[in-house]
Amino acid sequence: MSTRMFGARVERNVDPKLLRGEGAFVDDIPLPEALHVAFLRSPHARARMRGLDAAAAMRHPGVVAIYTCDDIGALDVEMPLLIPHPSMTNPQTQRPLARGDVHYVGQTIAMVVAVDRYTAEDAAAMIEVDYDPLPVEMDLEKALLDGAPPVHAAVPNNLAAHFVQTSGDPEGAFRGAEHVTRITVQVDRSTAAPMECRAVAARWDAVSGELTVWDGTQAPISVRGGLASVFQLDEDKVRVIAPDVGGGFGQKVLLFYPDELLVPMAAMRLGRPVKYIEDRRENFIGSSQERTQIHTIELAALKTGEVIGLRDVFLHDTGAFIPYGIAVAQVASTSIAGPYRIPNIFVEFKAVYTPTVQVTPYRGCGRPQACFAIERAMDQLAEELGLDRFEIRRRNLIGENQFPYEREGLLFADGLKVTLDSGQYARALGMAAAEVGAGDFTAAQAKALSEGRYLGLGLACYVEGTGLGPYEGGHVKIHPITGKVYVNTGLSNQGQGHDTVFAQIVADQLGVSPQDVIVVEGDTKAFDWGVATFASRAAVVSGNAIHKTAITVRNKVLQAAANMLDVDIDSIELRDSAAWVKGSNRFVPLAAIATASNPLRYAFNKAAQAATQFAPASKHDGPPLAEGQAPGLEATDYYSPSQSTWAYGVHAAIIEVDPGLCTVKIRKYVCIHDCGNMINPMIVEGQVLGGIAQGIGGALYEHLDYQPDGNLANASLMDFLVPYATEIPNISILHLETPSPLNPLGVKGVGEAGCIAVGAVIASGVEDALRSLGAPKFHHVPLSPDMISGALAQAGH
Amino acid sequence: MTRTMKPASADRSADATVDVALTVNGETVRRTVSVRMLLSDFLRHELGLTGTHVGCEHGVCGCCTVLIDGKPGRACLTLAAQANGYSIRTIESVAAADGTLHPVQQAFKECHGLQCGYCTPGMVMNIVGRFEEPQALDLSDDGIRELLSGNLCRCTGYLNIIAAVRRAAELLGRT
Repeated sequence: MSTRMFGARVERNVDPKLLRGEGAFVDDIPLPEALHVAFLRSPHARARMRGLDAAAAMRHPGVVAIYTCDDIGALDVEMPLLIPHPSMTNPQTQRPLARGDVHYVGQTIAMVVAVDRYTAEDAAAMIEVDYDPLPVEMDLEKALLDGAPPVHAAVPNNLAAHFVQTSGDPEGAFRGAEHVTRITVQVDRSTAAPMECRAVAARWDAVSGELTVWDGTQAPISVRGGLASVFQLDEDKVRVIAPDVGGGFGQKVLLFYPDELLVPMAAMRLGRPVKYIEDRRENFIGSSQERTQIHTIELAALKTGEVIGLRDVFLHDTGAFIPYGIAVAQVASTSIAGPYRIPNIFVEFKAVYTPTVQVTPYRGCGRPQACFAIERAMDQLAEELGLDRFEIRRRNLIGENQFPYEREGLLFADGLKVTLDSGQYARALGMAAAEVGAGDFTAAQAKALSEGRYLGLGLACYVEGTGLGPYEGGHVKIHPITGKVYVNTGLSNQGQGHDTVFAQIVADQLGVSPQDVIVVEGDTKAFDWGVATFASRAAVVSGNAIHKTAITVRNKVLQAAANMLDVDIDSIELRDSAAWVKGSNRFVPLAAIATASNPLRYAFNKAAQAATQFAPASKHDGPPLAEGQAPGLEATDYYSPSQSTWAYGVHAAIIEVDPGLCTVKIRKYVCIHDCGNMINPMIVEGQVLGGIAQGIGGALYEHLDYQPDGNLANASLMDFLVPYATEIPNISILHLETPSPLNPLGVKGVGEAGCIAVGAVIASGVEDALRSLGAPKFHHVPLSPDMISGALAQAGH
Repeated sequence: MTRTMKPASADRSADATVDVALTVNGETVRRTVSVRMLLSDFLRHELGLTGTHVGCEHGVCGCCTVLIDGKPGRACLTLAAQANGYSIRTIESVAAADGTLHPVQQAFKECHGLQCGYCTPGMVMNIVGRFEEPQALDLSDDGIRELLSGNLCRCTGYLNIIAAVRRAAELLGRT
């Protein structure tokens, strides 16, 4: 291979397996004699449990064990607070099985283990619990008031965290403002809804003392560490495998879900494999959610439209527990100024406990909310100052010559000062205006109106801090017999195509085809140093680690090949899975170099025999393996980013609203996107498209409908409206590639990008479409038909 | 951890059972199963054909789509007992015996029509079933959206799947 693979639209290595139905998701792993788990879950949002009677359930044929908090020994403790932060007072995390009180509908109370899931569910329904229901307050603002029913008796006013950050002199900016605009916006609770719900299976091998856990997690290494600690096993005796995982979007990264601890416990106690396959209802009432925030944002501006100050005060709903700390709210608060210079910023948030499923990052992690707030505020400022919406943004965007652009005083989720590293923001905005047809739109809108059709143009800009540290590693090894390259890293994959993009990176260094690079991750026995897949970080952090490692192996290959071919190292080139003497037909295959680099070389095959015909791969005196030398062609290295690298983009759309039916149709959707150098544009576009589709869900359809009593009214895919193909319009994606100056590959993350701006774009477009009817503003997503109906009624229609 | 005594494996559910005989991917299959066993569980756990995925168990997501006497149907809303006497085809039957991808599968690969791959077998079975029907398919954008409207995908945003359907039509000579 002499063609550069980095940047090519390489089809994915993993696809044939998945397309043939040969994927191995957790519930596909054959585990003979496995037992199955069902949980008894709380039907109350808040209640005190006076008693629990599992006797009848235990007698039910096929039931093997039932565990309550009294039966799980050392596991009956609060689970970890993953990211402590001084802004939290008395942070609350969940116990694997409720003790005393329950705090949300769906909280796990007892675990039934039975011969099959059907039987386990029957038995769970037979457990009698005597509940004493307690009052609840579901409204975020009212929950903070004195006297509101507490989610936790020990936490007054349901205040989970309170945090203020300031950059520059916001008070001075507001004093010097010529115009101030102020809006309140809200984004509602949603959920990742991966197509595969969560799943955990465990097998305890009493002979070897090894615990193997298959977990559809985004963070197998961390799960391994936690399990080893909880069960007091050597880390080497615990193997956690995240096999094929059917989508994650953040929901599968929490440490721990109760089942992740209890299923391995049961497997160890019962001496049989145990599996828990979450069903869809459980995914709705038991697995993490996100999004609800209410922002009141003020912009201090000059008459020119230049924004000189920003004040944002918001409430963040953290659910009943706060295991991830303030991560979501912190990301929102530090992303609030978007791609704009805005030198003076005040951000304050309160995180509030509500008796609902815990909130942890879901694709976007606070950014969609921040983007919605700032972009809706920019629209309003433009209108009040009589400026075009593109123009007001143009006047505020950070210029290309202003990078790195620091926001002194704002600490991002990595604990470092927000520093936007690079971009061509104004160019992206210009491209979006051109692609969506902004220049002709006023005329098109007027013409449509004359025909009784209501068209609007929506737009929004966003930024995304990506590639969060602290580090990831890479291991690269060329195998002697096949010459194939094995690559490991400490991530897991939920569909992002790691196996292909990492292969492309390695292929370029070693002169092999990406199809001959086998990437194995998601298995602590394959590689067990690393963090996890989240925060749009895989390509940036693991990608660069693997790149560095591949260069080391490349240098070993070059040196060995030069020795074997008896030429100068500079005259070697690598292509077509071999090392060639430049300008000649002399070559040695990688397999032979790998064979020759191992002092022990049995002649397993002809290639191994052939390797002996060359000069030795290593020139040294003394024993076969020189001091300090390792056998083979192999290396391990790590990459630790200095800070997050910031991707960005501009979205614009033409929206049509039917004021009679109050329906919204997206007539055109445009995305200008920059994630630095693209390793595989096909995969980048796939990530962006998927994100936009999720964004459209969040903008128009997806709303978890918690009732005043805390029950979730739409805990099914029948009622929680995930878009089908019929809801997703054609989308035009244009790329910019501004290399990140922060890492060797010049890449930025892309996983979350697509979803961030969509809510703001849709609301902006609907508002524009109904402007002529004098309808009020749209400051709340998902933007439902009844909101449009209400707005039109308010405007007298 | 001390070694625990292996429990007697006599533990059984109290479910009534029923004998079923059906054809799965061309082979005759006879089993005695619980009367309430879902066809999806039967295929996956009795037969080990785990390519049929389960995404919601209430018939909305389409991950479990199989062909029941040639027509796309939900394996999660069908009892194994109901499938008695029917012919079922699953994703495992679609590629050639040597693993060569079916044109619909090939089109998904070329068009990046899958990411995590969980919804994919259901998508493919639905599309394969529709292409096997004699009548012409509406291959306009909206027509393909309608064709896909029984299957959820959370990763791709569908556009590459729409492209894959069109590409499959080319490969199958059905344009």
